[in-house]
Amino acid sequence: MKHLIPELEALKRRLPPHQDGVLVLPALRRIQEDRGFIADEDIDGLVEWLGIPRIQVEEVLSFYSMLRRAPVGAWHLQVCHNVSCSMHGAERLLAHLEERLGIACGETTADGRFTLSTVECLGACGGAPVVRVNEAYREALSVEAVDALLEELAGAAPPDTPGGWV
Amino acid sequence: MTPARVLMNFEVTATSHTLEAYRARGGYQALEKALRTLKPEDVTQMIMESGLQGRGGAAFPAGRKWQGIDPYDGQPHYLVANADEGEPGTFKDRWVLEYSPHTLLESMAIAAYSLGARHNFIYIRGEYDLPYRRLAAAVEEAYGAGLLGENILGSGFATDIFVFRGAGAYVCGEASSLLGSIEGSRAYPRNRPPRMTVSGLFGRPTVVNNVETLSTIAWIVDHGAAAFRAIGTPTSPGTRLLSVSGHVRRPGVYEVELGYAWGRFLHEDCGGIPGDRPLKAVIPGGISSQVLTGKDAKVLTADEMEGLTLDHDVLRKAGSSLGSGGMIVIAEGTCMVRLLQIMLRFYHHESCGQCTPCREGTGWMHRIIDRIVAGDGRPEDLERLYTIARANDGTTICGLGDAAGYATVAMLDNFGDEFAYFVEHKRSRHQGNIECPAS
Ligand SMILES: Cc1cc2nc3c(=O)[nH]c(=O)nc-3n(C[C@H](O)[C@H](O)[C@H](O)COP(=O)(O)O)c2cc1C
Ligand code: SF4
Ligand code: FES
Repeated sequence: MKHLIPELEALKRRLPPHQDGVLVLPALRRIQEDRGFIADEDIDGLVEWLGIPRIQVEEVLSFYSMLRRAPVGAWHLQVCHNVSCSMHGAERLLAHLEERLGIACGETTADGRFTLSTVECLGACGGAPVVRVNEAYREALSVEAVDALLEELAGAAPPDTPGGWV
Repeated sequence: MTPARVLMNFEVTATSHTLEAYRARGGYQALEKALRTLKPEDVTQMIMESGLQGRGGAAFPAGRKWQGIDPYDGQPHYLVANADEGEPGTFKDRWVLEYSPHTLLESMAIAAYSLGARHNFIYIRGEYDLPYRRLAAAVEEAYGAGLLGENILGSGFATDIFVFRGAGAYVCGEASSLLGSIEGSRAYPRNRPPRMTVSGLFGRPTVVNNVETLSTIAWIVDHGAAAFRAIGTPTSPGTRLLSVSGHVRRPGVYEVELGYAWGRFLHEDCGGIPGDRPLKAVIPGGISSQVLTGKDAKVLTADEMEGLTLDHDVLRKAGSSLGSGGMIVIAEGTCMVRLLQIMLRFYHHESCGQCTPCREGTGWMHRIIDRIVAGDGRPEDLERLYTIARANDGTTICGLGDAAGYATVAMLDNFGDEFAYFVEHKRSRHQGNIECPAS
């Protein structure tokens, strides 16, 4: 994470002075964007840079569902299965994806291309059912639209970091 | 749809979210007016008189919250916009963030002036990407134009806004948990007292308001408190953004004048239910609409709902709440047992684990409902759900535990026979269906 420090330091200019704890979560997010996950050495770097206890970083890490300690597939498909999406077929969509990808929810395909998981309400219920593909929302998906999506992703160049920005 | 508009009062185009477009429709005049002609306490007084209530869930009067802070007491104060928007069914703040981010920024600058806040935060939920990018771009535009930062509009007033991204935790929408998240610690909700206006972020007086609540400030300062009061009802002034989803023809975000007739809203504005199915129930304000208002978690049945108006008091008296404005429409033929199963899975998953009744209770309820849906329900299960749900009431630190309990009690109260049927026959009366049945 060391190469990110100058960029993270710059965030301080709009923050109250001497409140560096504020940088923990932005830093973890930035590291994950950069590497695709948060490695041991990233935690070491963060602890050293901010001079905070390691346990604080570990606690923050374990609190949030978006932060991960291991890489995901190139394409991370997160199916929203909360109330409104389920009312529009999210469960069928998930079952279809499991079948098409040959993996269970929570798993990554052997070729490392796809990770499939569920997520709680994404704040896009008007476009139910919604799948978050890496950072982007795909809304109002039918089973056919999901097939088209898989096709599209199969032909697309994978993002620089797995599960990350294209 | 009513004509009164506070937020959705312009045509959305590919560029209407930019500073240029915002200024062209009169943007940042309210900030100018506040900085040039009003004292900080005048602004608070104006918000007080407007009767603006919080749009995040509890409908707490914004002016009264602000009065909890003395801008002249010499210590730092903080203002935080709650853009965590995690309440299932809710996606209305996203409308502001994507289509009119400067409304929020201008309003926050005014609020910061009123509260004496040198530093402010916008806590935006981690999954929001386009809304974040729009917001971040708007912040840079505002800094570039001297509308944020030092010496704003040459007035000598200085304030900074930091956009803070969450990382996927529903509980962080709870105001005190949100502050812990910003501070970089484990984001556990905190006991009150002390109120956050006494000891909030970094132990300093802090106001946390919902995005929509804050975004209304610029309009009120522009048009005056009386103009705001002229909209809506005497006890619920103004408009509200409602995000509508579920079994409805035209889901989306709507701005309605408070007091608007619910039946008309559903059937005319939202196009009614697909296939013209009868209405079964409505969750009026996010699945925990009751979360902060007391004993009002409730799914309204069709009969109860059709005659209502959309107003904080009316819904409260009906035993529910406008909550977060996340309205979920449920058609006849939907299995309520399965819906409750999804809700309980959610609460169990999102409980932070601090309070025993919430941590254990949501887990127990989740397991019981799973068992019922699997066809292994036991005769005593419904009574047991009631007992666990009620044990959460008022015994937990934050509203999540309460919400899980209220949601459960409301479902059992309204659809007890359907739950009993499932337990007795080991199958759903509606074949487990939760999608809108074709008809
Ligand atoms: C579990 C839980 C989640 C919450 N999530 C949100 C949220 O996503 N957005 C929000 O504005 N308020 C949320 N709230 C309410 C906040 O605690 C707080 O009351 C609100 O942001 C205050 O703003 P207002 O007075 O402008 O409504 C939540 C409360 C609880 C208990
Ligand atoms: S009520 Fe639940 S979510 Fe809230 S603080 Fe207690 S355990 Fe955490
Ligand atoms: S329920 Fe899926 S986005 Fe809200």
